[in-house]
Amino acid sequence: MLAAEGIAKSYSSRPGRRAQRQAVLEEVTLRCAEGECLGIIGASGSGKSTLGRILLGLERPDQGKVTIDGRERAHRDAVSAVFQDYRSSIHPFFTVRQALLEPLRGKRLGRAETDRRLEEMLEQVGLDGSYLERYPHELSGGQAQRVCIARALLTGARWIVLDEAVSSLDASVQAQVLELLERIRGMHGIGYLFITHDLEAAAFLCDRIAILHEGRIVETLARGRLGEARHPYARELLALFRSGLGTGTGALNADKEGKG
Amino acid sequence: MKRLQRLLSDRLAAASLAVLAAILAAGALAPWIAPHPPDEVDMALRYAPWSLDYPLGNDQLGRCVLSRVLHGIRPSVLYVLAAVLASAGFGTAVGMAAGLLRGRTDALLMRLCDVMLSFPGYVMTLAVIGVLGTGLANILLAFILMKWAWFARVARTAVQRHADAGYVLFARTLGAGRLTLLRRHLLPACLPELAVLASGSFGTTLLQVSGLSFLGLGIQAPHAEWGMMLSEARQAMFSRPEQLLAPGFMIVLTVSAVNFLSDALQTALDPQAGGPRQAAAVPGEPEAAAAAMLRKEAV
Repeated sequence: MLAAEGIAKSYSSRPGRRAQRQAVLEEVTLRCAEGECLGIIGASGSGKSTLGRILLGLERPDQGKVTIDGRERAHRDAVSAVFQDYRSSIHPFFTVRQALLEPLRGKRLGRAETDRRLEEMLEQVGLDGSYLERYPHELSGGQAQRVCIARALLTGARWIVLDEAVSSLDASVQAQVLELLERIRGMHGIGYLFITHDLEAAAFLCDRIAILHEGRIVETLARGRLGEARHPYARELLALFRSGLGTGTGALNADKEGKG
Repeated sequence: MKRLQRLLSDRLAAASLAVLAAILAAGALAPWIAPHPPDEVDMALRYAPWSLDYPLGNDQLGRCVLSRVLHGIRPSVLYVLAAVLASAGFGTAVGMAAGLLRGRTDALLMRLCDVMLSFPGYVMTLAVIGVLGTGLANILLAFILMKWAWFARVARTAVQRHADAGYVLFARTLGAGRLTLLRRHLLPACLPELAVLASGSFGTTLLQVSGLSFLGLGIQAPHAEWGMMLSEARQAMFSRPEQLLAPGFMIVLTVSAVNFLSDALQTALDPQAGGPRQAAAVPGEPEAAAAAMLRKEAV
């Protein structure tokens, strides 16, 4: 169980002046079970990326704590990440092989064993061993995000924070990557914290959706029960989604209809 | 090494590297390979033309020009190289610390840089020479004092640009400390920019040291240095213009080789800068093809 309790975080607009601190997160509490996909939805400026960084252990909250199975500061082995900008998420001078070896550093594996694992992992994300010697600029956005997913899986983490991981991709590629994520969850039993502004993508992938508004979680809804939202902001968001004016795309719906 | 291969696949770069390696080796071995001692005066051979015994002829005191050119490599190239590396190393360390630590450290270090950068280079050098006296060591010290601020600026900007990149954040989720981040991720990413700056300032420093020696402020007679040799040859500029050729040619050759090499180095270090492999469109992946197209248009 990954749990965040009473998280608060504020930034000062000028260093050293307390009076001007601006709260980004207030009293955020959430839980994500093993293998669960929790969506965290919010507009830009709602604090969702800060929440992601805190869940990853990249930043410390001012108040509250993040625990994994009741233990604090256990992020390193348990939580990994895929970030938004596929252009900068792999070191520009690293080949795919070097990027994927990062999480395996310090684990003593033979060369053959390592190669086998890397190729196996690339195949799971829909690529193959021929990508190992490529540089990031030789990959498309979708391919780069697939490599990042493989890299996150290689850490052996139990949860992956997907911080707007599909938002900068084309609509059709977004749909493919979301399906890949769903398939990988089935294979590895891994949990996701899917941070996005896109309700449609979240509704496709997530078991539960937490709606973050002005630094607070105003409502948490199960996937099938989005209609029961009570908070005015959540209702507004849903109304936009239904009328098709949401930021998402039509590709996912078309895809689902195709399957169903 | 893949990068070295890429560097050497560029003919101009390979030639520049060979020339520089030869010059450095000749400088290091000068006492053994020079045909005569550099300050052996023989007035009988004053302005003698080239001969088998003295391949580049003799200067106004009958000294062997070839030997003086070879001995001049040490102050002109080797010491300048050491000075550039010292200021690059120091400046990079300061700049990376500022970029990574941010806040007050950053503000303090950058104001210090501003102060250093606000002095015109020659004025500062002359001031240092005025205080510490003439001599090559003092000139090089002045260069180190002046140039580090440029490296600090470039390193800080590069670090800040990369510090929030996904790959750095990912390395941090793996528990990488600041030093590991710098060594494994940020330093390689900043290297092309720093390499270009370093080679550029190597060229200018070499020219400035020669210039100051020409003015009589650098290395002192009778030691050989290319700028000094030019300065001495100037006295006979109209009657014996060929005296200017050897040291002048060496300065031009070295500075050009360094500049060509730095251009090639930038390309070789950065895989994106058009290496042998271009983005290949994989069949069945229109997005890759489109991305490759876009990149080509952008170029």
